[in-house]
Amino acid sequence: MSTALRREPRWVRWVAPLIVGLLALGSWEWAVRAYEVPPYILPGPVLIGQTLLRDWGTLSTSLWVTLQITFAALAVAATLGLALAVLFAQSRAIEISLFPYAVILQVTPIVAIAPLIIIWADDVRLALLICAWIVAFFPILSNTTVGLNSADANLQDLFRLYGATRWQVLTRLRLPSAMPFFLAGLRISGGLALIGAIVAEFVAGTGGRASGLAYRILEAGYQLQIPRMFAALVLVSATGIAIFGALSWLSYLLLRRWHESAGAGESG
Amino acid sequence: MHGLQAPPLLTLRGVSKRFPTGTLAVEGVDLSLARGDFLALLGPSGCGKSTLLRMIAGLIEPTAGEISFPADREARRSIGFVFQEPTLMPWATALRNVALPLELSGMRRRQAEERAAAMLQRVGLAGFERAYPRALSGGMKMRVSIARALVTNPRLLLMDEPFAALDEITRFRLNNDLLALWQAERFTVVFVTHSVFESVFLAERIVVMAPRPGRIVAELRIPPEDRALPEFRTSATYAAHCREVSHALERAMAEG
Ligand SMILES: Nc1ncnc2c1ncn2[C@@H]1O[C@H](COP(=O)(O)OP(=O)(O)OP(=O)(O)O)[C@@H](O)[C@H]1O
Ligand SMILES: [Mg+2]
Repeated sequence: MSTALRREPRWVRWVAPLIVGLLALGSWEWAVRAYEVPPYILPGPVLIGQTLLRDWGTLSTSLWVTLQITFAALAVAATLGLALAVLFAQSRAIEISLFPYAVILQVTPIVAIAPLIIIWADDVRLALLICAWIVAFFPILSNTTVGLNSADANLQDLFRLYGATRWQVLTRLRLPSAMPFFLAGLRISGGLALIGAIVAEFVAGTGGRASGLAYRILEAGYQLQIPRMFAALVLVSATGIAIFGALSWLSYLLLRRWHESAGAGESG
Repeated sequence: MHGLQAPPLLTLRGVSKRFPTGTLAVEGVDLSLARGDFLALLGPSGCGKSTLLRMIAGLIEPTAGEISFPADREARRSIGFVFQEPTLMPWATALRNVALPLELSGMRRRQAEERAAAMLQRVGLAGFERAYPRALSGGMKMRVSIARALVTNPRLLLMDEPFAALDEITRFRLNNDLLALWQAERFTVVFVTHSVFESVFLAERIVVMAPRPGRIVAELRIPPEDRALPEFRTSATYAAHCREVSHALERAMAEG
C-alpha cells in the first residue's frame, strides 16, 4: 500500500488521537460548566468519571457478567464456525445445503429474534449467550470458508503430486491458509459478540441477580441517573475497544512471522 | 548416447490434450527420455509446455495417447516438480518447506528435517533453515523450491520455467548451480523454458514446440564435448548453438 501513509513515526499514531480525545473531553467539560447544563441532561466527563469510581462495585459486577457472556459466545462461535467451515470444505453438498441457513441467521435482525429466544430458553443468561453467538458466528464461518478455499493452486498440486491424504491437505495446507482469514473473522466477531450480548439484554430487560451492563444502562435511564448511564456506556465502549485490541494482538502474534498483514513494522 | 539396451525412463506416445473449453493444447507428442537426460522443452508462450509437463507429472490426464515409465513403474510416483513461482508455504520455515514431501510420505519429522537440512546445504542455503519465505530473496526462494523437489531423490525432475521470474544475474547463478548439481548427481530433468540461451546452456537435448495446436517440431542436441568447454557460455560454439536453436524456433513459429 501507499508508503506515504506509513511514513509517520509510531508514537504519532498514539499521540495524535489522544490529543484529539483530550481536546474533545476538555471542550465538553467546559461547555457543560459554561452553559450550566444540568447533569440529568448531559453530565460532564469529570462527573462521569466520579460516578464510575463511586459505582464501581455494581458496575464491575455487571461488566463481569457481560464479559462472561461475550467470551462464552465468542468461544462457541469460533469453535462452531471453524468446525462448520471445515465441514463445508470437505463436502460441497453440505456447504450448498447449509450455507443459506447461516445467511438467514445472519441477516435476521437480532432484536427481532431475541424475544423468541428469551422465551424459549428458560435461563436468561443462556438466552443472551445464544443471541450473542448468533451475531458473532457468521463472520467466522464465512471468513474461514473463504480461507480454506484460498489455498494456493500450485501448492494443492504439489500435495497431490506427493500423494497427500485428505487429512494432510486439511491440516498442513488448508487450515494454515485459512488462519489469517479466521483471525480476521474473529476480530470482527469479538465486537459483534459484545453488541449481541448488550442488545439481547436490552430486549430481555430483566435484571435479576446477575445483570450485565445493558441492564445497568436501562436501570439508570429509568431512575434518571444519567451520569451512571454514561459511566456504564463508557465501560461498554472500553470493553469493545479492549476486545478488539486483544484480538488484534493475538492475530499479530500468530501471523507476524509469515503473513503480510502482520508485518507492518519493517524489520532490519 | 544413453545405453541402447536400457529401456527409457519415460515414453510419450501420441499424447494429446484437449481442454473442456475446446482448446487443443497439445497434439500427438512422441518423446522418449533416458535416465540421466537433461531435456529442455522450448517454445513460445501458449504452445502447451506446462500442459505437457503437468500430464507427465500425472496432475492432469491426457485425452489421447499414452505416458509410460518403462524403466521402472515406481518412477511415476517419484517425481519432483518446480513451478514458475517458488510456491512455498509462507507459514513454514525453509527447513519445514523442504521437509514437507518427506513428511507427507510418512517419514518421521526428525529424520525428514535432517535430510532437508542437508539438501538446503546442497543448494547453497546453509544457515537459512529457520528463515521464513518472506525473509528470502526471489533467488533464495527458488533454491528452496529446488531443494524441496530434490529432497526425495526423485527419478524425474520436472521444472516449469523455474527461473523466468528472476533477474538475469540470479538466473545465471542458478543455471550454473543447477548444472553443477545435475553433473554431480545425474538425475533426469525436463526443463521448460522460453529462453534459447538457457536451453542451450543447460540441456543436452532441446525439444522445440510450436503452438496451435501445441506439438513438437524439432529436436536438437548439444554435444557433451561442447558443453564441457571451459567458459562454454562465452564461447563461439555456444553462440553457434544458440543461433541454430533460434532458427529452429523461428521456423516453428512461422509454421504455427
Ligand atoms: N486449465 C485449462 N483450461 C483451458 N485451457 C487451458 C488450460 N490450461 C491451459 N490452457 C490452454 O492451453 C494452451 C497451452 O497452455 P500452456 O499453459 O500449456 O502453455 P505454455 O506453453 O506453458 O505457455 P507459457 O509459456 O505462457 O507458460 C493455451 O492456449 C491455454 O490457454
Ligand atoms: Mg507455462
